[in-house]
Amino acid sequence: MIEYKNVSKSYGKQKVVKDLSLKIPDGEFVVLIGPSGCGKTTTLKMLNRLIEMDSGSISIDGKNIMEMNPEKLRSHIGYVIQQIGLFPNMTVEENICVVPRLLKWDKEKSRRRAKELLELVNMPYETYAHKYPNEMSGGQQQRIGVLRALAAEPPIILMDEPFGALDPITRDSLQDEVKSLQQRLGKTVIFVTHDMDEALKMADTVVFMSEGQILQADTPEGILRAPANDTVREFMGKHVHNFSQNQLACSDLMKTNVAKVTQDRKTLECVNMMSRREIDSLVVVDQQERYLGVLLIETVNERGKAGDSIKDLITVDFPTVTPDTPAKTAFDIISGQRAEYVVVLTDDKKVAGIITKTSMSKALASVVWGDGQ
Amino acid sequence: MSNFFRLYGEKLLNAIGTHLFYVLISVSIGFVIALFLGILLSRVPKISKYVLPVLSVVQTIPGIVFIGILFLYLGMVPATVLAALSIYAIFPVLKNTYTGLIGVSEQYKEAAKGCGMSSLQSLLRVELPLALPAIIGGLRMSTVYIVSWAVLASMIGLGGLGDFIYIGVSTNNNTLIIAGAVPAAILAVGLGLLIDCFQKKAVPKGLRRDAK
Repeated sequence: MIEYKNVSKSYGKQKVVKDLSLKIPDGEFVVLIGPSGCGKTTTLKMLNRLIEMDSGSISIDGKNIMEMNPEKLRSHIGYVIQQIGLFPNMTVEENICVVPRLLKWDKEKSRRRAKELLELVNMPYETYAHKYPNEMSGGQQQRIGVLRALAAEPPIILMDEPFGALDPITRDSLQDEVKSLQQRLGKTVIFVTHDMDEALKMADTVVFMSEGQILQADTPEGILRAPANDTVREFMGKHVHNFSQNQLACSDLMKTNVAKVTQDRKTLECVNMMSRREIDSLVVVDQQERYLGVLLIETVNERGKAGDSIKDLITVDFPTVTPDTPAKTAFDIISGQRAEYVVVLTDDKKVAGIITKTSMSKALASVVWGDGQ
Repeated sequence: MSNFFRLYGEKLLNAIGTHLFYVLISVSIGFVIALFLGILLSRVPKISKYVLPVLSVVQTIPGIVFIGILFLYLGMVPATVLAALSIYAIFPVLKNTYTGLIGVSEQYKEAAKGCGMSSLQSLLRVELPLALPAIIGGLRMSTVYIVSWAVLASMIGLGGLGDFIYIGVSTNNNTLIIAGAVPAAILAVGLGLLIDCFQKKAVPKGLRRDAK
């Protein structure tokens, strides 16, 4: 348990952290986020005393950090920085073993630890241990940066915009790796970023800061659902936009290129069509394009005869919605396993589209992670 | 030619030996002092901004003047030469040690500190190794300097290759001038190469530019 109590810090006349209090339970992934200059990095660095606070107190498991030797404190808190900061004069293994060496682990134990850690991120010891940082890509370097922080098994890891300098794809996979490492190893992580995507993806708790104060500390869902004020709402931009309306309609998620047939078609023709498009049902309409029902492959298999028209094989009680129906209704129908999909009908009974599990999850993903994904 | 060597061979060898002795001893002393001062100054960059320019002015005082003054106090002993040369050897190493250490990127210092290194550990394990190429560059410069300054030793009658040059100049004997100048030049180039080799060995692999 980490506890900040009324912590303040100023540089000259400017107060960068104002009377901040925060409790972080063990094993939690906490992301500090906010506009630049909001004091998030200062808050982070006060914990390992790279920055000394002016007033207030910080304790780890009840022990006041100001009463601990700063070097000893730091060697028990992992630290990852944006610039990576692997020592270029040391090999990968030496870099990983920096803290164990400071803690006077014996050579064999350090080596075993380096090996174990490299395996954790799928970088074979034989290939990587003796490389130098300048022989590796940025993403690989930052993986080692993370391993260096984990090496001496500290219960707490601090990360200061660790993926800020990486390309989006590398960043994405490192986020996944770090999150899963954190969960597997049960570490408490304090993570600073200004990237809301990153915060929502990784955090158990998002702590939103502005002008040295905490505006809101909540789960990602909580902060999305109910941003504390306009500053938070504005910062979340696209993320909160859809949620605040909370009015996703079926028309927002439906697929419009629906496979339709008229009821006078023959069974074989329809089966061919389904197999060609790799689907197992067709929407049946009349000559005026009005909705009649759905033709399911099971029905054709059970009762259909080659050469017959499909007229008698149509399932008519298939779930339907209108374009204005709240998306949640469609979601409930699908998640209730009552149907593979629902059909969206306009007021004059024409087929507007269908909502499948895939279109549903795509729509949700774009709400949660933004349209880019 | 062979006539020359019969006449001067032994003298020349002695002179080279003396010269080399002056160079090695004074560069070693200068290097140690410079390294120490460079580290100290790099801890207080604010003060160094004023100290370094003053030192660089000292560096411009001609060696003759300096040896002359020391001669008055210490007399005609090798220590006079060694003291003067050591002082000249200090500056290039000092300057490069200082700039090398100051130039160590903040990220490494922060990472070192964040890992729990004390400032001494950070200096020994991270900063000095990273500044090593610059420091050795300074050592090379000092050595080449001192090979030429050591010629001044003969001015106060303390031998070295300067003897040949001074006698050559005063008796208008070109052979003697060349006999002093060529070995001095070879000495400078040779020691320079030796230090280059040392640099290749000493600089951590990860810092070499050709590392791939």
